Amino acid sequence: MALLDVEELSVTFSRRGQRTVRAVDGVSFSVDAGQVVGLVGESGCGKSVTSLAIMGLLPRQPGLQVGGKAVFDGTDLLQLDDRSRRDIRGRDIAMIFQDPLSSLNPVIPIGLQVTEVLTRHRGLKGATAAKEAAQLLDRVGIPDPKRRLKEYPHQLSGGMRQRALIAMAVACQPRLLIADEPTTALDVTIQAQILELLKDLVRDSGTALVMITHDLGVVAGMCDTINVLYGGRVVETARRRPLFRQPRHPYTVGLLGSVPRLDAGRGERLNPIPGSVRDLLPWADGCAFAPRCTRRVDACVGEPPELVRTHDARSYRCVNPAPLPGVTPQPQPTEATGPAPAAEDEVEKA
Amino acid sequence: MTIISGKKREKIDRLAELAARDEERGVSLWQDAFRRLRRNPAAIVGAVILTIFVLVAVFGPFFVPYSPKDTMGIREGVVRVGQGLIPGHSAEHWLGYDHQGRDVFSRMVVGARQTLLVGVVATLIGLAAGAMIGGVAGAAAGLGGRWGRWVDATLMRFIDMLLALPSLLLAVSIAALLGPSLTTVMIAVGMVSVPVFARLLRGSMIAQSNSDYVLAATSLGVRKSKIALTHVLPNSLAPVIVQATLTLATAIIEAAALSYLGLGNPDSALPEWGVMLADAQQWLGIRPALAIYPAVAIIITALGFTLLGEAMREALDPKLRK
Amino acid sequence: MIRFIVRRLLQLIPTLFGLSILLFIWLRRLPGGPETAILGERGTPEMRAAIRRNLGLDEPILIQYGRFVRRLIRLDLGTSISTKREVTTEFLQRFPGTVELTVTALVIAIGIGIPLGYLAARRRGRWLDHLSVGGSLIGICIPVFFLAYILKAIFSENLGLFPSSGRQDPTLGATRITNFFVLDGLMTREWDAAADALWHLILPGMALASIPLAIIVRITRASVLEVLNEDFVRTAEAKGLTENVVRRRHVLRNAMLPVATSIGLLTGGLLSGAVLTETVFAFSGIGAFLADSISQRDYPVLMGFIMIIAVVYVLVNLIVDLSYSLIDPRVRVR
Repeated sequence: MALLDVEELSVTFSRRGQRTVRAVDGVSFSVDAGQVVGLVGESGCGKSVTSLAIMGLLPRQPGLQVGGKAVFDGTDLLQLDDRSRRDIRGRDIAMIFQDPLSSLNPVIPIGLQVTEVLTRHRGLKGATAAKEAAQLLDRVGIPDPKRRLKEYPHQLSGGMRQRALIAMAVACQPRLLIADEPTTALDVTIQAQILELLKDLVRDSGTALVMITHDLGVVAGMCDTINVLYGGRVVETARRRPLFRQPRHPYTVGLLGSVPRLDAGRGERLNPIPGSVRDLLPWADGCAFAPRCTRRVDACVGEPPELVRTHDARSYRCVNPAPLPGVTPQPQPTEATGPAPAAEDEVEKA
Repeated sequence: MTIISGKKREKIDRLAELAARDEERGVSLWQDAFRRLRRNPAAIVGAVILTIFVLVAVFGPFFVPYSPKDTMGIREGVVRVGQGLIPGHSAEHWLGYDHQGRDVFSRMVVGARQTLLVGVVATLIGLAAGAMIGGVAGAAAGLGGRWGRWVDATLMRFIDMLLALPSLLLAVSIAALLGPSLTTVMIAVGMVSVPVFARLLRGSMIAQSNSDYVLAATSLGVRKSKIALTHVLPNSLAPVIVQATLTLATAIIEAAALSYLGLGNPDSALPEWGVMLADAQQWLGIRPALAIYPAVAIIITALGFTLLGEAMREALDPKLRK
Repeated sequence: MIRFIVRRLLQLIPTLFGLSILLFIWLRRLPGGPETAILGERGTPEMRAAIRRNLGLDEPILIQYGRFVRRLIRLDLGTSISTKREVTTEFLQRFPGTVELTVTALVIAIGIGIPLGYLAARRRGRWLDHLSVGGSLIGICIPVFFLAYILKAIFSENLGLFPSSGRQDPTLGATRITNFFVLDGLMTREWDAAADALWHLILPGMALASIPLAIIVRITRASVLEVLNEDFVRTAEAKGLTENVVRRRHVLRNAMLPVATSIGLLTGGLLSGAVLTETVFAFSGIGAFLADSISQRDYPVLMGFIMIIAVVYVLVNLIVDLSYSLIDPRVRVR
């Protein structure tokens, strides 16, 4: 059985006098113990809201509705009361956020921000907690941890801050770690170090990791399974290799096509996906990606596409998926301009 | 030639574009603010209160039933303070008489004009003097250099000095210097708000001149004086206008306080709410309504200015604008 | 830290110097003089001249100023013209009352304002929020002396719950040490005297607290709303910390920063309000005495009092700045 099973998770915000916004519209995915799972998509696709909904961290406001299930180790997190949720958060499930500077409290020292987790969930106090905190900082690669404990977030570099946040997250050896764009706010060189650190921590402790990112490079380096999100739904799920070799959903194809590649020729242009995620109810009439899709057919409009499951644990949500190599492409009713040829190149290369 | 990294060049391009669009941005800022103001119920309430107040203040005195200084109540023997007799409302005298037998309703209406006059003139005095000092200091600080810094520092020391005095003490000593009159109250109340306006304008001018779009205009080669006039000053005005609206409220309240200390206008023909309230304190035992009317009028008017000012602040706040 | 304090204190000197010149010229320009206050309108020119000579007011203004500064350096503020007592003595006797009143008002304003502002922010859009926002708007718009009168009329004259005037019941015959009546009572263990002095402070304290209370509620509410949206609060929640810890350690602590600044700025307004409140409640602080000194043209008292108040104001703001750097490690005092 999976460690975390998210089924048909939906999040809607409705405010008086305004139209209802469906940020997450039936997301399903699962995470096995010790596995690294990626949630990939461009900004606005609902990946961060998904993680916050699982953690129960969405800002409490009237008009917020969370539906579906998020079963962690047999209990549905969405049904828990506030207290039991607080017991699980930080102990069994921990989270790392995007911007390490704003995610740390600026007016209390790093040490207290680490020890408060230890005190809350492991009952450690005083010198014992401080010692353990120093060990944690050391483990995440912060030099001179005893001194750092007394320092404030503004005295640390960006990479150090993210390491400190990671130390707080792994303080109780959680079984699941959710990392929401953990490297976006960092320099490229630091990004690699942080990813390396996360990979080591996960491997050593057997913690499962949900990696939320818009950066396919991050996913390619570490995830076992990847879920591609679009407009608040998972549009394609696959293990890493098949996904990169044979993306089926046109959106995945487009995502791969918009990543700059070193082995591409100098004159070749990147292929951005035109448009952006905008709609308030993206899946209301047909496939949300259809307006931007190069493989659009008539069947795309009307009913939202069903989930298609294929062999090797892959599934996608598309009526006209990109063809597998060796299969003759069907004739396309829409003119295939823009990203499509590149996408097919990609497939052929693989 | 200096080498500019791609990222930096991109930033400059973006800024230049911003600067080019600045003209139209300036217009849409006010339009946008006005649109958001209209949607805010607090702003509507404030605006309605103020409209009524201004209409009464401007036209009311032409239509009052009695002269505000006519002591008819005493003449007719209806008001006998010694026996604790100050009649309240009746068909002829809607709000009754005051302790000198004058018609309270007429005095309230005429008082509206005086009160508005005190508030507006005092605020204008504070605004003019404060904006001049703050504007010069801000411009000097923006120009920089030894001179600029010196001018800025000197002016700000002066402002600190004014701030180091409790406002009422400042007002009282000015009032004592000039003797009790309406002008005294205006000047004294106005002086109190000078440091507020000066600091505000200077602060926002410095913030503006450090902003990205000024950097962009500078990088496009626009002259410093032109930037100051066409970009920095107009954009610094928004908080000043908001503050002026809020100051109108405090000016009316402070004028009442000065009147209470006996420094208000002694001329009974031109009553001001603050003076009326101060006079009425003595008769609280006989007829508390005499104090209630002007007090409530002052509170509601001040509330109107505060509501509108706060709503304007919200509407103009760049953090809330999207 | 020490360097910061020393520098700020040194900055005080030119400010005070300028202020004293300004006041000196200003006060001498006031129409009439102490001789008019002493003699009334009837005195002969000779008598007037004699008084002026006696007080040294016939000398050129520069010499008078020089004498003032020479005395000031020895911390001697001269003698009151009307009471014939040392200005310093007068000040030390009256200022404690004003301080007690101001501190009471500040305690009420902070004690009610911060929790109320916090609750309003947490219950945003509910009735408590609307009530406190509306109440604070009205609080700002009520003239202090009018509120003082209303409180006095209701709670003291009608309900008889509180005394209507003075600082302490004189029949208690309380011992005076510092002239802070509450403090004196505690020091001498005259508990009833301390309680009575405290009892006298409540109504004027409430009247004086209205504006600071309104301001603190508004600033706390706005600041808490802003902090609640901060990423680090989400981090704290993600750690599973109890609501209590999140609230105290992460929300309130950060939300207090702007409140601390505003408290420093409120001091000036509090002193102004104290003058009015003291007048309504016949509370013997500096308020009524200062007002009298203006009409009596008691130059030494005016100069001395205003200068000391300016110093106090600057010191309060210095303390606020210092405490600010204690709450916010990012602010380094230099």
